[in-house]
Amino acid sequence: MEKEESGINQKEAPPGFLYKYGLFLICAVRLSFRGHVAFYAWMIFLSIISLFGLRAYCNQFVEGLITTGMTDQVSWGVYIANFTFLVGMAAAAVMLVIPAYIYKDEEMHNIVIFGELFAVAVMIMCMLFVTVDLGRPGRFWHLIPVIGHFNFPISMLSWDVVVLMGYLALNAHVCGYLLYMKYLGQKPNKWLYMPFVFLSIVWAISIHTVTAFLYVGLAGRPFWNAAIVAPRFIGSAFTAGPALMIVAFQIIRGTTGYHIGDRAFRLLRQIVTISLLISLFLFGCEIFKEFYSQSLHNASARYLFFGLHGHYALVPWIWSAIAMEIAALMILLSRFSRKPGSYGWLNLACIMATVGIWIEKGPGLIIPGFLPTPLGEIVEYIPTYNETMVCVGIWAIGALVFSWMLRLAIPITSGVFHRTEDE
Amino acid sequence: MSDKSTGNNSGADNTSLGKNAAGKKEMFKPLSRRSFIKAGALGAFLLGGTSIALLPLRKFKNDTSLEAFFQQHYERLTPERMDRILKRIEQEIKERHGVDAHVKDPKPIPGVQFAYALNISRCVGCRRCVHACVEENNQSRDPEIQYIRVLEMPEGTFDVEKSNHYYEPDTVPAKGKYYMPVQCQQCENPACVKACPVGATWKDEDGIVVIDYDWCIGCRYCEAACPYWARRFNFAEPKIPKEQINPDMAYLGNRIRPKGTMEKCTFCLGRTRNGLLPKCAEACPTGSRQFGNLLDPDSVIRHILREKRVYVFKEDVGTRPKFYYWFDK
Repeated sequence: MEKEESGINQKEAPPGFLYKYGLFLICAVRLSFRGHVAFYAWMIFLSIISLFGLRAYCNQFVEGLITTGMTDQVSWGVYIANFTFLVGMAAAAVMLVIPAYIYKDEEMHNIVIFGELFAVAVMIMCMLFVTVDLGRPGRFWHLIPVIGHFNFPISMLSWDVVVLMGYLALNAHVCGYLLYMKYLGQKPNKWLYMPFVFLSIVWAISIHTVTAFLYVGLAGRPFWNAAIVAPRFIGSAFTAGPALMIVAFQIIRGTTGYHIGDRAFRLLRQIVTISLLISLFLFGCEIFKEFYSQSLHNASARYLFFGLHGHYALVPWIWSAIAMEIAALMILLSRFSRKPGSYGWLNLACIMATVGIWIEKGPGLIIPGFLPTPLGEIVEYIPTYNETMVCVGIWAIGALVFSWMLRLAIPITSGVFHRTEDE
Repeated sequence: MSDKSTGNNSGADNTSLGKNAAGKKEMFKPLSRRSFIKAGALGAFLLGGTSIALLPLRKFKNDTSLEAFFQQHYERLTPERMDRILKRIEQEIKERHGVDAHVKDPKPIPGVQFAYALNISRCVGCRRCVHACVEENNQSRDPEIQYIRVLEMPEGTFDVEKSNHYYEPDTVPAKGKYYMPVQCQQCENPACVKACPVGATWKDEDGIVVIDYDWCIGCRYCEAACPYWARRFNFAEPKIPKEQINPDMAYLGNRIRPKGTMEKCTFCLGRTRNGLLPKCAEACPTGSRQFGNLLDPDSVIRHILREKRVYVFKEDVGTRPKFYYWFDK
């Protein structure tokens, strides 16, 4: 692509797609490593934690899952607990997509890409959590249809694989396409992203419902075998997801100066408030069902809330979760969380709601499902140090991926990082 | 993260990419010394850190051949391939444990549906069945896996929450208690088979629910699904003292299992598909355990189903077990 010496840009053959995309990738790689000292410190901090997690996983890979606190009695632990919570976070991206695309809210349009990138990072964490939970991760290829043996549609886990991969692909495509078009300075082709956006709205509900059905479909586990589990999943996901996004977007706004208007935060706050109300209502329904009739099927609920036969490890956790969620709701309903410009109370409410829901949906759902065992035994589960490090490492990787994607996405959406014609 | 990006009113970040964001000129500028040192330090940190993180893998013994890694699902194996696999397994057992094993693949006998009947009036809770099973089926001894769990129940209730799994009286049976051993119920409508995402467990033609141990990915969804707590997971590499290894093994039955896979009672299919009784039935000193073919009208199983007060455990979950409990008095 030589420039004519006369300085006039002759009409050359336009550069091919691969050339443009390749240049974009190279520039993106270079941009990834540029930043403020604070950016470097943050990324190095996350990398160190991720490496600790990787080391812990290597231990587990060599020794087997004996390095975790799981037993035959409680055969799923914090790995699947985190997975379940994070699928909800991924689904919550839809709460940005609906206002942006269906209600055509301009304010939301700016940040919906960040929400979708959030979903991509969270999905990667979900897949990591499932992988570290497998007894033989190298044999994952057994899941691939034709060359493996994919038990679809009978196994609910097979449904989960399909919907999660599909959702990751949908979000990655929409974000990738819109960001690349913005980088090129071209108007995106509606047909290449709008159908996928609308599909992702429906798909978001499906990923979390299918994950709920993993649990609901097990007749031998009465704590899970209840119709309310799927609605509770959706309610809590749409509380914790937007709550986490409120905090994340403030950090983005503060550190990069990218403009995110107060209206967006108001809308997100309303979503969190209503979802938390619904979530707590459904929680109340569950409590009534478990305890009013005093049937023996409530053994798991008794273990969770009050302890059973001298075992009460989860009791302080679940009551803290309830207290945090109710306190969060009180703050959100009060005028404290509405002070424009100063979000201290709102952030407190969001963090409490998220932590409370993590407890309620993670350890507060998985472990009581296993205890008492179908044979009436209680063997309490405590995650080991190694297991905890793997979890922390995966969270760090998720934060790393999200920060890295924002490192590219924000300059693109603000117009700083774009393709130029001076070749 | 502190807010250090003040003074920049464009709302853009301050990485000074500027206008020539993706220009070729900007791209192929020679690397400054500062950038070079930065890149070097970062590279060293990442490479060094990752190497340290991967250090525990030094202890990893890769004893899986490529052929073993890509082994197909049991139902897709030709007889020739199965022969090769059986020989390979025998060789692996010789190398790892120093034992000459004979690993076979006994097929279901046509016209047979195996079922089990257990007389809870007679069971005294001696647990000989538990230990005979462990000797027969080459379970890991450390951590110890036992397929059969005997529940000591107080008389007057079926509620397993009131059971004691760890009873150790001087003599059994203890007064006021009855004993209910539980193992895989080989259900007609198994919840575990529905759950498995890779189809590694299925109900065979003679009614036994089997596991292809080499196909299992260790997700433990089947263990969550089972209403009878019948399935066990190998959290570590199974450790069995050499002298306790039972060399007569079956591919879908009692061969030594890999780390990270599921296992359970298989009604001793290596024995029962060759006309023998399961080891637990043989070991029971009180005659509480009866085993046979449901399709044979003269079998003791059919006699019990006709004549005795029979019930199944957790009938309400709809799994239709082929394990029948009965009582005389």
